[in-house]
Amino acid sequence: MDDLRAINCDVDTNATKISARGVQVHYGDTHAIKDVDVDIKERSVTAFIGPSGCGKSTFLRCINRMNDTIDICRVAGDIRIDGDDIYDRSIDPVQLRARVGMVFQKPNPFPKSIYDNVAYGPKIHGLARSRVEMDEIVERSLRRAAIWDEVKDRLHAPGTGLSGGQQQRLCIARAVATDPEVLLMDEPCSALDPIATAQIEELIDTLREKYTVVIVTHSMQQAARVSQKTAFFHLGSLVEYGDTDDIFTNPRDSRTESYISGRIG
Amino acid sequence: MSNIPSGSVARTKMDKVRGSLSRRHRKQFILQAMGITAISLAFLMLFILLASLISTGHKAFTQTEITLEVFIDPEEISAERLPRGNFDDVLAAALAADLPSVDPNDRAAMRVVGGILSNGAQFQLRDRVVADLSLIGQTIALSVPVSDPYDQLHKGLLDRETPESLRRLDDTQISFYDRLIEIGAITSSLNTGLLTNADSRFPELAGLKGAIMGSFWALLTCFLISFPLGIGAAIYLEEFAPRNRLSDFIEVNINNLAAVPSVVFGLLALAVFIGWFGMPRSAPFVGGMTLALMTMPTIIIATRAALKAVPPSIREAALGVGASRQQVVFGHIVPLAMPGILTGTIIGLAQALGETAPLLLIGMNAFITSAPATPFDSATALPTQIFIWADSPERGFVSRTSAAILVLLTFLITMNAIAIYLRSKFERKW
Ligand SMILES: Nc1ncnc2c1ncn2[C@@H]1O[C@H](COP(=O)(O)OP(=O)(O)O)[C@@H](O)[C@H]1O
Ligand SMILES: [Mg+2]
Repeated sequence: MDDLRAINCDVDTNATKISARGVQVHYGDTHAIKDVDVDIKERSVTAFIGPSGCGKSTFLRCINRMNDTIDICRVAGDIRIDGDDIYDRSIDPVQLRARVGMVFQKPNPFPKSIYDNVAYGPKIHGLARSRVEMDEIVERSLRRAAIWDEVKDRLHAPGTGLSGGQQQRLCIARAVATDPEVLLMDEPCSALDPIATAQIEELIDTLREKYTVVIVTHSMQQAARVSQKTAFFHLGSLVEYGDTDDIFTNPRDSRTESYISGRIG
Repeated sequence: MSNIPSGSVARTKMDKVRGSLSRRHRKQFILQAMGITAISLAFLMLFILLASLISTGHKAFTQTEITLEVFIDPEEISAERLPRGNFDDVLAAALAADLPSVDPNDRAAMRVVGGILSNGAQFQLRDRVVADLSLIGQTIALSVPVSDPYDQLHKGLLDRETPESLRRLDDTQISFYDRLIEIGAITSSLNTGLLTNADSRFPELAGLKGAIMGSFWALLTCFLISFPLGIGAAIYLEEFAPRNRLSDFIEVNINNLAAVPSVVFGLLALAVFIGWFGMPRSAPFVGGMTLALMTMPTIIIATRAALKAVPPSIREAALGVGASRQQVVFGHIVPLAMPGILTGTIIGLAQALGETAPLLLIGMNAFITSAPATPFDSATALPTQIFIWADSPERGFVSRTSAAILVLLTFLITMNAIAIYLRSKFERKW
């Protein structure tokens, strides 16, 4: 493992938040993730890059056990958050997802009001004892997602009436409303225009102060802009993992080099 | 040099494209023409159906009535012997007063005069007297329906040119009618009896109240059974059941069940509900249970389709913030699928409303002259009533059959309108 650990004082002083060992994922007969080991640092942004179909989403969805909802999906290996085995029998995925929030590729607000979208998570987990407390949570989450100023006058308008970029920030607000420790993002900007993308990227940079962010992206520029660590996946294997600057300037593996120079797509 | 060939290549290519373009245009034109023809044909059929129903049925929406000055003769009707009162004689006497050519003592002639009135006229008079005994000995104005042949004559359905021997009314009877028209005693009014009377042997008295109430009770029973069971089964199968051989088997069988001819459900109900469990024949409750057997697969299939149609992104969103499976299903998926579920349910119920065969088998085609007060009383339903009337020989039932079909169609269209309204209302909420 040592050769994969990049030399970056800023991040490497942080503790390991997520540690995966020997993770294997099968969809029926498809071997989607092959023996992946990775350590993800606390309060940093880690980017997963790689060609389409290489298993980035699959691995990301292992971290909040979203793959459990797919009948044919089998996950083996060991994934720990703060040392707790998240696939342990005693862990309820519902409880885990209160610790590990997720933002999806396509903005998917509930067809409810903006307020109800953000309040949904805290409500089902019973995090607010009163209406006032809930109002605070909603405001704090919307502020964290940098969308409060745009929606504070229409909290009870439907969330589906917002623009694509606003919807995605609303989804981020919804994800942070339960105050998770880890935030997973699966290509959060792929359905957005460049301006909305820039806003989200800026937001991700601020989210790093409080959360451990793992982001899947197909844009290498985006990975370079927002992340401190980058993992390159290819055909289900983790090919190279290290400091983002190193990966992009000085890739060790020839496949990484081909990919970032545009030869594998 | 090199420009010339590339220019000509471009030209021949554009020629080819132009050639294929006209071919594509022609294909599109043919497709559109076929589509428009198909739709026009469908509309034409619908128009012919409605036109023929309305042209025969509209006559049943009016009723020919005769207004009489009736002297309630205390010799014929006394308060002590009301049920034995000679109400028909009193009415005939009142009519004879308007017909100077008739000798009130000629019993045969008086019988012919009495035949002008509907059989129900005497009961209307009796009900008036029973409600107010002080009327005995007085003269009151009374509007009563005329009997079927006179009703037909008034509506122009009986041809005066037909030889007398083949006519339902002879020349004397027609002269009575003409005389009554002359003095303005005969009028047409809106036939409210069509909706407020129960069935009768006499077409001028027959109404749909019994059938409407029977259909109402049957549909209510059907809804109360098939809606919760159908939705429950669909939600379980779609959201919770493990995918295995057993659930595949159940799925195939539900689809098969939806395709089973309705008469088979009728036979099943006859054997099981009535044969084994000894439930009453002709009861809307049993009819409703039978219809529920047919509606349930429809509701299950519609509900599953509606659940499947909810975008998976909503499911992921809810799971992603930590909703349990049950919270995802009942908090997000089912509410979003509700418009589709309701539409499917109402369409299933509309099918059930029009269903005839199973109700015939469980005896809901009996002749019953009172509307059912509970789902356990004997009754007919709208389609079986249409079946009974269509089978009746009296001329008056011909137009009543069409009128009953129009009433049934009105209910069906109303139900579909409600389905559309509910759907749009739910959609606006999001
Ligand atoms: N729900 C699924 N069922 C079956 N196979 C799947 C499913 N999701 C992903 N896969 C397969 O797993 C592999 C990795 O997919 P994915 O993780 O979505 O790739 P990426 O996000 O890197 O594009 C692909 O070969 C894909 O076909
Ligand atoms: Mg993906």
